[in-house]
Amino acid sequence: MTSFSFNRVGAICQRHFYVLRRSWPRLVEMAYWPTMQMVIWGFLSQFLASNSSYIAGAFGVLISGVMLWDVLFRGQLGFSLSFIEELWSRNLANLYCSPLTPLEHIVALVAMSFVRAVIGVVPAMLLAIPFYDFSIFTLGVPLLAFFFNLLFMGCALGLMVTAMILRYGLAAENMAWFLVFFLAPFSCAYYPMTSLPGWAQVFALALPSTHVFEGMRAVLFHGTFLWHHFFLATGLNAFLCLIGIGAYLVSFARARRMGLLLQVGE
Amino acid sequence: MNAAPTIVRVEQLEKHFGTVKAVDGVSFTVEAGRTVALLGGNGAGKTTTISMLLGLLVPSAGRISLFDHDIARHRYKVLGRMNFSSPYVDLPHRLSARENLIIFAKLYGIKDVAGRIKEMAKVLDLDGLLDRRTGSLSAGQKTRVALAKALLNRPELLLLDEPTASLDPDTADWVRRYLQNYQRDQGAAILLASHNMGEVERLADEVLILRKGRIVDKGTPDDLIYRFGRQTLEEVFLDIARDRRVGDAAGSTGTVP
Repeated sequence: MTSFSFNRVGAICQRHFYVLRRSWPRLVEMAYWPTMQMVIWGFLSQFLASNSSYIAGAFGVLISGVMLWDVLFRGQLGFSLSFIEELWSRNLANLYCSPLTPLEHIVALVAMSFVRAVIGVVPAMLLAIPFYDFSIFTLGVPLLAFFFNLLFMGCALGLMVTAMILRYGLAAENMAWFLVFFLAPFSCAYYPMTSLPGWAQVFALALPSTHVFEGMRAVLFHGTFLWHHFFLATGLNAFLCLIGIGAYLVSFARARRMGLLLQVGE
Repeated sequence: MNAAPTIVRVEQLEKHFGTVKAVDGVSFTVEAGRTVALLGGNGAGKTTTISMLLGLLVPSAGRISLFDHDIARHRYKVLGRMNFSSPYVDLPHRLSARENLIIFAKLYGIKDVAGRIKEMAKVLDLDGLLDRRTGSLSAGQKTRVALAKALLNRPELLLLDEPTASLDPDTADWVRRYLQNYQRDQGAAILLASHNMGEVERLADEVLILRKGRIVDKGTPDDLIYRFGRQTLEEVFLDIARDRRVGDAAGSTGTVP
């Protein structure tokens, strides 16, 4: 096995930077939806703040949920779309007959997921300051813990989506758009987990995102960082990432058996 | 004088897709400085064979050794010493030719990226194309950029799948001449898959004629033409494709050698 090369990881990232650099509509689109979400939910939060004791308890609880939810969504989408772009451009065979290893490719996609999440979410986070006099950055260091846990969960889901695409071709592309929304009701971004029925709470507890949002509310309402939620989120993420990597490698091996690396498409 | 080292050694290679045998017991070698052509119609197994050599496809049976490494276990030891070009694979259209070459130069671990691209641009006449989007280039220009990508790492083994498909005769002639020069200068081994007889006659030292995944005849282009009693390789190919033995005066068996 060849040694891991950060130069090759950088080359793949550079390939995606080239695309982003000259495609301003993409950059605008990446920031547009999180910003619109922030605006809509921000005004709703303002209204509810005077009509709901829950929201009044911490004005930023809804808007923080919205912005951090977008970290998960953009992270997953950033990972999946960076992979799908290689299929759209029929470039996958070129990449995989170079010395690029699947692990290096995955690391590059994680890096691009981070970049795309930052481009998408940070403008909304900054705009919330003049709009509502609310800064998510007041969460402090815990914000980094929440951000990276959601980003890695997004990457783990992205790995599973790309594994499906390697298995079923671009017919599975829509998974990139709806998989994360299937998890939305159980992730409890906007309400406490105790709002869910009992059976759903069991499922919710198995998601890293639920622990992130519970932790976020603890910081906003009580100013307390709940370490057990952090460790559970991190542990579950490590488990999900391992499953994702495994799924990707299994699909990659199958694609090599079936000849799909040259043919994968619609 | 020492014999040229064997770069490619393929033994009893098979690839099955369900009940279909796409490649069925193929064996051959390619030595440094030589060009071997896989000649056959659509579905003969040319692209499948090349894909297995690249490691993009796992054989069902048989063994592939490249640079004396079994690629089933040591694929990543040899990938940096080879490269390929195929009309079935594209470079990202939204990137400029230069950006694509930079990416692949880095993937292949080339030290002086800018210098190597400048060198390739000069020999492949890419100077006016480097900063244009790859998607905006003509088929011939794209082929030259793809060739530049395939030669960036000065491969000792070059795998070419229909390298002049969709090119006009002038551009195709230019590409063939360039490949001949590259091989002469670098001593590279070339494995060429094509159904262009003129190309094979001109470039190949040895021709392997594939049909339904099997090698049904092989030899130098002149040898095949002589044995089949024909004027051109195309006529030989048609004889084999249509199961005719009209030119079999010199005793070709027409079976797997």
